Amino acid sequence: MNFTWFNLMPWPYLPPDFREKYRSVWVDIPSRLYDPQRGHHVYHEYMDQLEYADALGFDGIGVNEHHQNGYGLMPSPNLIAATLARRTSRAAICVIGNSIAGYNPPIRVAEEFAMLDVISGGRLVAGFPVGTSMDTNFCYGQIPALTRDKYREAHDLIMRAWREDEPFAFDGKYTQLRWVNCWPKPIQKPHPPIYIPGGGSIETWDFCLDHDYNYSYLSFFGYLRAKSLMDGYWDRVAKRGKDESPYRAGFAQIICVADTDADAERLYAEHCLYFFNRCLHIHPPFADPPGYRTINTIKFGALSAFQKTGLQVLQHLTWKQLLDERFVVAGSPETVRQQLEECINGLRVGQLFCLFHNGDMPDEKTRHSSKLFAERVMPKLRDIWPEWRDDVRWMPKPMPIQERRRPEERLPALGPV
Amino acid sequence: MKLRWIDTSRGLRVRVFEAGSGAPVVFFHGAGGFLADNPFLDLLARRYRVLAPEWPGFGEAGGEDTLDDMLDFALHGWDVVDALELERPHLIGHSMGGMVAAEMAALAPRSVDKLVLVAAAGLWLDAHPIPDLFALQLHEFAPMLFHDAARGAALLTAGVDASDPAAVKQFYIAHTRRLATAGKILFPIPNRGVAKRLYRVRADTLVLWGEQDRLIPPVYAERWAQLIRAAKVSMIPQAGHMVPYEQPEAFVAAVSEFLG
Repeated sequence: MNFTWFNLMPWPYLPPDFREKYRSVWVDIPSRLYDPQRGHHVYHEYMDQLEYADALGFDGIGVNEHHQNGYGLMPSPNLIAATLARRTSRAAICVIGNSIAGYNPPIRVAEEFAMLDVISGGRLVAGFPVGTSMDTNFCYGQIPALTRDKYREAHDLIMRAWREDEPFAFDGKYTQLRWVNCWPKPIQKPHPPIYIPGGGSIETWDFCLDHDYNYSYLSFFGYLRAKSLMDGYWDRVAKRGKDESPYRAGFAQIICVADTDADAERLYAEHCLYFFNRCLHIHPPFADPPGYRTINTIKFGALSAFQKTGLQVLQHLTWKQLLDERFVVAGSPETVRQQLEECINGLRVGQLFCLFHNGDMPDEKTRHSSKLFAERVMPKLRDIWPEWRDDVRWMPKPMPIQERRRPEERLPALGPV
Repeated sequence: MKLRWIDTSRGLRVRVFEAGSGAPVVFFHGAGGFLADNPFLDLLARRYRVLAPEWPGFGEAGGEDTLDDMLDFALHGWDVVDALELERPHLIGHSMGGMVAAEMAALAPRSVDKLVLVAAAGLWLDAHPIPDLFALQLHEFAPMLFHDAARGAALLTAGVDASDPAAVKQFYIAHTRRLATAGKILFPIPNRGVAKRLYRVRADTLVLWGEQDRLIPPVYAERWAQLIRAAKVSMIPQAGHMVPYEQPEAFVAAVSEFLG
């Protein structure tokens, strides 16, 4: 079983009356709510946490891409990943990912991901999300009904750029390049593991299965609500005659560990409620413009984290509801272990994206929760899939550590400038 | 109104409302498609041969996957005119339909008799940004599109039984399909550069606008008239963006006076 630590990097200073005063945390949230000097501290705190997670023994540390919002401050996850590539040496660097339909030309992603893979010594996990509609359509201007087509073309270009060793011409509908010639190339051959973070579009399943990519359902509504969607995915896996390795699938879960269940509420409740009440306060049309989801997906009724129907449940949430519905898995190490076992078995996932930092959670609480998890929960869940222990198809394959170059610890002191 | 299906030379099946006799007038609808009742078409048909095709992705017609950009839409418009075997028809386009009709007239200036642009999309003025149609909640459409929001809401949802979840879902899916298709030329900014091609338009042009248009404010009417050589503006009071639906008599009177 694999555990990736990741934080969304939310803006932790949204006002208490944010819901009442502003219509959306995304797209048109006024940027005067952002304070760059506070932001300096916020970034370093969040980046330190990612490095701390590497030290705690998490298999991966994750970053992702969002734009124009107070929900997640990584318009460029690759910048964060680049610092992690230097300052960590063990964990996989999971960029989940770059919303490739928004890049012009998308070869940029092939290049930057290759840089990250090379700098990190082959530790990159490359994620290709379609991107939320807030990001891809409203912030980056891509036409909703053409987004998936453009996404597929960008994917084809990137994968071919990594595969080919000679320049080639690419005559796409959205991107035309006479000379495609990717320098640098990734260390991992034929390519880094590919993860497709999905909201809930059923077309994504076949895309993942066509290419044997990991499908990761990133929901904030817990494993109970994810069950029907993941059952649909596994049905599709069976129909396509693919093996049932749990490493084909991942899931994101908010987790809070304390010494006791009561402590968990005392320590974490207000921060989780901040996340659900403020960070997910999205003007509904931004989450679902016509054309973004296909008609088939609408008919299937899959629930994405950001769609209206999903967002409606956020009204007047209480801590008890968060726990009952398993939006949040929280409690003592034993409570968390039990619930996550149910989550992992129920959804059949080999990759858990663990969200320990939520909303405006302070650094020390985030570390406390992460540390308890790493020491007292993770070891007990490690071998949950013994029959798939040797399946490394979706793991990074880095250079042996002794062959890698260590970044210099510190430059010689120059004295005061 | 009669309904007929035609096949374009590209192979798309198109449903066309047809009525009346006289000079042929092709009416291109906007991003909302035709509503349950379209009384202005019947009124127009008293004097003209009215042909009102549905865009692919609207109504029962499929084929929207073949249209990606403005050139596809404009050529499809001409394909429809050809399939109807019309010579130099008058073109009327409302909103998104006006955007395409203007493009058609710029592409093939000798093939249009007179042109009527009704609350046409297609231009952008930084000083007068057009509200984001794609960021509207369903209940926000009527007040945005109609001078009389309550009446507008009734017109938009006519024929839909709100107590029947299946009917509501079907309505939502149809709405989604229409706007998904419209988004190809309207998203994220409803401007595909026709302004620089309007010098080619030779047709006498009537720019017709609702005085209370909140989606595309009337200042845009003036801009169209500046850019098209032989254009004049006519304003209709007590009307929002959906001027043909809100003031069908005044709309048809203005069109008839112009077309003759």
